[in-house]
Amino acid sequence: MLTAPTIVIIAFLYLCLLFAIAYYGDKRADRGRSIIGNPYIYALSIGVYATSWTFYGSVGRAASSGVGFLPIYIGPTLTFILGWYLIRKIIRISKVNRITSIADFIASRYGKSSNLGGLVTIIAVVGILPYISLQLKAISMSFSVLVGYPEIVMPAQSGSTPILQDTALYVALIMAAFAILFGTRHIDASEHHEGMVAAIAFESVVKLLAFLAVGVFVTYGVYQGFGDLFSRAASSGDLAKLFTIDGTSGYTSWISLTVLAMLAIFVLPRQFQVLVVENVDERHVKKAVWLFPLYLLLINIFVLPIAFGGLLHFSQGSVDADTFVLAVPMAERQQTIALLAFIGGLSAATGMIIVETVALSTMVCNDLVMPTLLRVGRLHLSERRDLTGVLLAIRRGAIVVIVLLGYAYVRLIGETYALVTIGLVSFVAAAQFAPAIVGGILWTGATKAGALAGLTGGFLVWIYTLLLPSFARSGWIGESFVNDGPFGFALLRPYELFGLSGLDSIAHALFWTMVVNVGLYVAVSLVTSQTIIERSQANQFVDIFGRGAPGGRIWRGRATIGDLRLLLARFIGEPLAEAAFHRFTRERGRRLDDASPADADIVSYVERQLAGAIGASSARIMVASVLREEMHDIDEVMQILDEASELIVYSRRLEEKSKELEAATNELRAANERLKELDKLKDDFVTTVSHELRTPLTSIRSVSEIVHDYPDLPIEERREFLQIIVQESERLTRLLTDILDLAKMEAGKIEWHMADIAPRAVIEQALAATKGFVRKHGKVQVETALEDDLPVVRVDPDRLMQVVVNLISNAVKFSDKETGWVRLEARREDSALRVNVRDNGIGIDEKDHNRIFERFQQAGNTLTEKPAGTGLGLPISREILRHFDGEIWVESEIGKGATFSFRIPAADTRDAVAAPTGASALEAV
Amino acid sequence: MSRPGLTHERLVALFALGVFLFTPPFLGIFNTPDRILGLPSLYLYLFAAWTLLIVLVTLAIESSDADEGPETTEAPAGGSEVTSDRMGA
Repeated sequence: MLTAPTIVIIAFLYLCLLFAIAYYGDKRADRGRSIIGNPYIYALSIGVYATSWTFYGSVGRAASSGVGFLPIYIGPTLTFILGWYLIRKIIRISKVNRITSIADFIASRYGKSSNLGGLVTIIAVVGILPYISLQLKAISMSFSVLVGYPEIVMPAQSGSTPILQDTALYVALIMAAFAILFGTRHIDASEHHEGMVAAIAFESVVKLLAFLAVGVFVTYGVYQGFGDLFSRAASSGDLAKLFTIDGTSGYTSWISLTVLAMLAIFVLPRQFQVLVVENVDERHVKKAVWLFPLYLLLINIFVLPIAFGGLLHFSQGSVDADTFVLAVPMAERQQTIALLAFIGGLSAATGMIIVETVALSTMVCNDLVMPTLLRVGRLHLSERRDLTGVLLAIRRGAIVVIVLLGYAYVRLIGETYALVTIGLVSFVAAAQFAPAIVGGILWTGATKAGALAGLTGGFLVWIYTLLLPSFARSGWIGESFVNDGPFGFALLRPYELFGLSGLDSIAHALFWTMVVNVGLYVAVSLVTSQTIIERSQANQFVDIFGRGAPGGRIWRGRATIGDLRLLLARFIGEPLAEAAFHRFTRERGRRLDDASPADADIVSYVERQLAGAIGASSARIMVASVLREEMHDIDEVMQILDEASELIVYSRRLEEKSKELEAATNELRAANERLKELDKLKDDFVTTVSHELRTPLTSIRSVSEIVHDYPDLPIEERREFLQIIVQESERLTRLLTDILDLAKMEAGKIEWHMADIAPRAVIEQALAATKGFVRKHGKVQVETALEDDLPVVRVDPDRLMQVVVNLISNAVKFSDKETGWVRLEARREDSALRVNVRDNGIGIDEKDHNRIFERFQQAGNTLTEKPAGTGLGLPISREILRHFDGEIWVESEIGKGATFSFRIPAADTRDAVAAPTGASALEAV
Repeated sequence: MSRPGLTHERLVALFALGVFLFTPPFLGIFNTPDRILGLPSLYLYLFAAWTLLIVLVTLAIESSDADEGPETTEAPAGGSEVTSDRMGA
């Protein structure tokens, strides 16, 4: 007979068996001979997804909505098809970053933010409470039903029994004790719980076999197979409608549950735990992507038959459909199968509670309590030598609190909801993590602010549309909150928010939470910016397959390796810390000297080890405290960036320098060109000079030869020839004098006898000197117009006279012998002497205006026209005037005469430096 | 070798097939009260499609060489060569 003590003892023995398996698994793991290192155990451990929701609840759901329970299992199948990429990516990221929980994952992705980790933890704990309460309710319910054997008595409302007589309370306490035993026996840096995984895998086998046993018994023992069962159902009127999905609302529910389950399979904390954290080899995912869906398929085959069996067996409403798995065998007096069903249900529930509370307690400890404690300086926690005890105490406390909160929830909502409905509330809460996770591994642009906004928004909407209504239904707030909306605002009715009706409460809540969550996540991400650490984490997460190893970090520290060793030992204990350091030395082939400064490599290694024990954000705080906030300090990073920008400035300066160099090179090149040109000019000059000198020499020589060869020349002719010789010699002398003058002037070797003089006398002297020359030149008239108050100028008088003579003789030379005239004007102009020499001669083409001031350059073609002068007069004049700070130029047109002008600044406007007197100047000449 | 080339695409295609099989309107074809082989058509269809999908996924992933190094993307040097050899053969 099944009495209460018998059932309790059997249940207890079963739990002890589980613990033995876990203990064995841990021992094997310690010896390095893991029993979970194969894909089958991995796939079975993922079977923790099937809880008492599946075991009892699915049948209950099927009894009211036919195949409507299936999306919860089809969704994960669909997700697992993408698992080879999606899940493996999450696993890879988590391994590289030593991530130990879903809160850690999200916090790590968004810049190791402890705020975000805390928020995720709170959402997870609050969101999962209904789910845990579901398990407690299922165990106590199944126990109460089984105790009544062979009578089938529905358990009394849980809320109505005194607390101390409530089975659920004792179930909760026992579960908490086992979770503590399984999950928090010791602190492990890798956060692997091999024994627990082994036990979970065993439980998955047990619950599958138990459920199949019940299914086979109902289908083939009670009825004659599927055909018989379904044809009876079809003929019993009402039941036939469960064969189909009910129209549009059925489809909406179907799709929303599929989506929900697709997300839940990897965002539920316990699924993340077994799927990612407990994964020992990512190649196991390869088998799991089809084994796990197969497991789900098998465990669901008999759900509908059992539901129909129960519905056909019991009169309408007499037995809660959630207990059919137990009730049908009991009604058939099958004690063993009923007991097996109870054990199966117990397996499903304990597996869930153990893994879930372990996962949640890790999060509470690492992402909520530790960061807070470490930040509270007064506790001096970061200075304590051994923190492993503290960590364990926090986790154990968290487990007890979470389980008791779950119990509180089950007492509160009592029998109001069916199992599946309670679980779905948790699914919607967990689904809030999906945008931050999926976005986080696919979209580098997602920011911490976006994730915070999305999660907060989604969570608040979840509270409003699901959690508060469940309180309302239990009578805590008042039913009118659900029916009429808060304070009678119909638009805010939590099940029909903003008038959105026609959806069941889960689809409705999923819709609004996702609209708000995804909307805020994307929108806020688009308008906010990432910090440096966020950006580097984002790139690492999204691009995890693209890179070999996790990127190094920017940091400068003063801590020694010994400091880090102590830090690690404080959190994971001396032996494990030693082992970790030993592993590092072996892998990197480096010797670690405690006194030597820690480099980035060892720091990030220790941080990762530490992250395994206390979570990424806490690890960061701890390592930073040892490094005296040297690392990841944004100011520091900014400073490093500043240095980089200084480098940029420096290189920009270099660039300028090279531009200057380029300019200088260009100048040099131009100067070189100029030099080449000058060289060519010099050659031209030499050529021209030789030519100019040869002409008179040739003529002198030929004439002398004639005189020499013909001694009997008439005296007249002889005189004529000698005259030519004299003339040509004079010309030669003049030429040589000019060349020497010019050369001296240009070389600055000429002696200048500068004096302040009145120019009138010099000009008159020049006129007198040219009188003879003019007379020889036909009837050319020379006029003068000299003003009276010509300014005193500081010049060399002989040179000034040379210029004036030069200009007059030039003008005369190029004037017509009959009608020519030359006009010399001198006047004061601004504070300068201005002298013009005009003529009405042939004029000078404008293109020659500059050329005539160069050596041997005469207007016109020198090759065809006989040069009328040495061609050096104007260049010499220009040199002279340049020395007087004056200038010379010409204005002329062909056929209209020319005006040569020069200007010399007046002496009184110049510095009156000690000047030689006019007398001494004249003497020198 | 950092991405399992064709396997990845096949799996995405199977995911699309799964979505197609398990959602209306295709699902609606079987949403009738009729019974096939004594089983409700929707129930039979869902489990048949589910089985088919699992078989196809199994074939896709088990026939692939989508074996990556356990820890990093730097697979053993010979790995990619073996893959390409097989593809060539």
